[in-house]
Amino acid sequence: MKLDRFSWSRWTGIVIKEFIQLMRDRLTFGMIVGIPVIQLLLFGFAINSDPKSLPTAVLSQDNSQYARTIVAALQTSGYFRVVKQVSTEAQVEDLLAHGKVQFVVTIPAGFERDLMRGGRPTLLIEADATDPSATGNAIGALGQSIETALSHDLKGVMGDQTPSLPRVDVRIHRRYNPEGVTAYNIVPGLLGVILTMTMVLMTGLAMTRERERGTFENLLATPARPIEVMTGKIVPYILIGLIQVTLVLLAARYIFWVPMQGNILLLYGVVLIFIAANLTLGITFSSLARNQLQAMQMTFFFFLPSMLLSGFMFPFRGMPDWAQVIGNMLPLTHFLSLVRGLMLKGNGIQDLWPQLWPILLFMAVVLAVGLKAYRRTLD
Amino acid sequence: MTPDLVIDVQGLNKHFGNKHVVRDFTLKVKRGEIFGFLGPNGSGKTTSIRMLCGLLTPDSGSGTCLGYDVIRETAAIKREAGYMTQRFSLWEDLTIRENLDFVARMYGMPDRWQAVSRSIGELGLDARQNQLAGSLSGGWKQRLSLAACLLHNPKLLLLDEPTAGVDPKARRDFWEQIHALAASGISVLVSTHYMDEAERCHRLAYIAYGRLLSSGTVDEVISQQRLVTWMVSGQDLHLLEKQLRGLPGVGQVAPFGSTLHVTGIDATALDAAIAPFKADPLYLWQRTNATLEDVFIHLMDNVADNFQ
Repeated sequence: MKLDRFSWSRWTGIVIKEFIQLMRDRLTFGMIVGIPVIQLLLFGFAINSDPKSLPTAVLSQDNSQYARTIVAALQTSGYFRVVKQVSTEAQVEDLLAHGKVQFVVTIPAGFERDLMRGGRPTLLIEADATDPSATGNAIGALGQSIETALSHDLKGVMGDQTPSLPRVDVRIHRRYNPEGVTAYNIVPGLLGVILTMTMVLMTGLAMTRERERGTFENLLATPARPIEVMTGKIVPYILIGLIQVTLVLLAARYIFWVPMQGNILLLYGVVLIFIAANLTLGITFSSLARNQLQAMQMTFFFFLPSMLLSGFMFPFRGMPDWAQVIGNMLPLTHFLSLVRGLMLKGNGIQDLWPQLWPILLFMAVVLAVGLKAYRRTLD
Repeated sequence: MTPDLVIDVQGLNKHFGNKHVVRDFTLKVKRGEIFGFLGPNGSGKTTSIRMLCGLLTPDSGSGTCLGYDVIRETAAIKREAGYMTQRFSLWEDLTIRENLDFVARMYGMPDRWQAVSRSIGELGLDARQNQLAGSLSGGWKQRLSLAACLLHNPKLLLLDEPTAGVDPKARRDFWEQIHALAASGISVLVSTHYMDEAERCHRLAYIAYGRLLSSGTVDEVISQQRLVTWMVSGQDLHLLEKQLRGLPGVGQVAPFGSTLHVTGIDATALDAAIAPFKADPLYLWQRTNATLEDVFIHLMDNVADNFQ
């Protein structure tokens, strides 16, 4: 029997066919080109694991030259950007709880006097350590830059001798996460990431599957109304989402020992809103996608920036402004902040709104697009 | 509305993008009638059926289906009509009973359990009711689809190529059931490619390139076209076929078993064309009636010339 040999012309035929099919599937082709470009832009320009210019508030109880020197030294280090001068402890608490600043520097009364006497005055730095990686480098650079600035200022006054101990006793309070445990940040973050992934993908597939298999037509031929179909299909996934959340929270509590400072019911309330936003997106994707593969691709296209630009993987404040603008449009960014606030900072219902409305707005916009697309697919 | 008409639509149009899929579609179907809907692939049959059962909104035109307005009262139409899609469109990952139960719920049927049980009993699928619908053969899928359409006791059945890919025995059973349903007062609109099925319909409509070209009973549709057909038997018919094709007056030449059908519109022109071959003792020529297929192919060819 003659051996059927490898045929180059047959092989070429197969290669050409694959290329034609690939080019014809515009979306897949777009993804193939788009994903590396986006990844490159995000990783190359937006992501920065050494965030600088972190917003800082100063509570100065000693209006002296050296207090000003300290503030200036913080600014020149590049890590701190003083955005606010506050005068009470309550303001400090509020700024940190809402995540408006990363650091609060407290200069105690009598700072200059103690310094001149060589009494090693205390400088208190309170850091929002919910994401330890966002604060680590800044804290590391702190002691040295203060020391350098002070020794320059004090040269004439104290003589040239360098003291064996630092002139200032810098005390760092890592708020909400005193030991700088990364899990405290990652576990609440995973909650959002897992929900984004499964909620968007599963609803996206659920609708396109019906369309792909032709069963959608059957459903439409029955008296079932679109709103019944859409909402009816969503409910099981809300349930799945709640099960996922419960699993992650149990793991957070009993495996990673992440504290739960806030109200758990409030957390579930926030989770429900977040789930709703993601399901809306999933349904919209399913109206836009022609088949399950496209729905899957759209999900990944959304998932990628959500992972990278939300502050889950890399510190949000380390990103340039344009990336922060994109990040602020994503529900995950706000959800992370809400969950960290609830779990680690013990925020209450009055603290939620500033991060809640962007998620609701996102949902409204996506829903509008989805309804428009849904109507078009019928006709 | 005439009470006897279950479907009465005029001038329905539908575009998809810049494609004019259905043009000025006008149709009247009487109560208890089996109405055959024929036409080549892509002629707009499925789109027309979808417009009739409220799945698609016509761009223009008006009319009623079961006495309800096809544009404004689609919900009412859906409740009283049964639509069987061209492709099997029940859920393959649900069992037979689950599928029927789901459909029954969609129509908000009282006594759901009994209705579904009765339907399964009539299908003769009691023993297999917990089998996944996806594991059924083509013939059984078709029977299950029909059962699902009939579950809510519709007054009108819209069947889109229901017998595609089904064996002859199952097709015959299917048509027996359709005739029984029609006898009980249900109206049926059925699209098909099969000529034998078309001949089982009370009346027919032929649609191509979005236009309704002919309608009436089988005999009416055939006689409307005034085709002249000769049947030739003999040897080496394929040679004759080649020679005849393209001659003036010869419309179509098509093999029919061991014979050849030669068809034209103009009897004198056709006679002139075939005269030389008639003298040939190899062939036996006989005048015959044009078949439905002859008529349809003639219609299709003409329309293609006019509109493409």
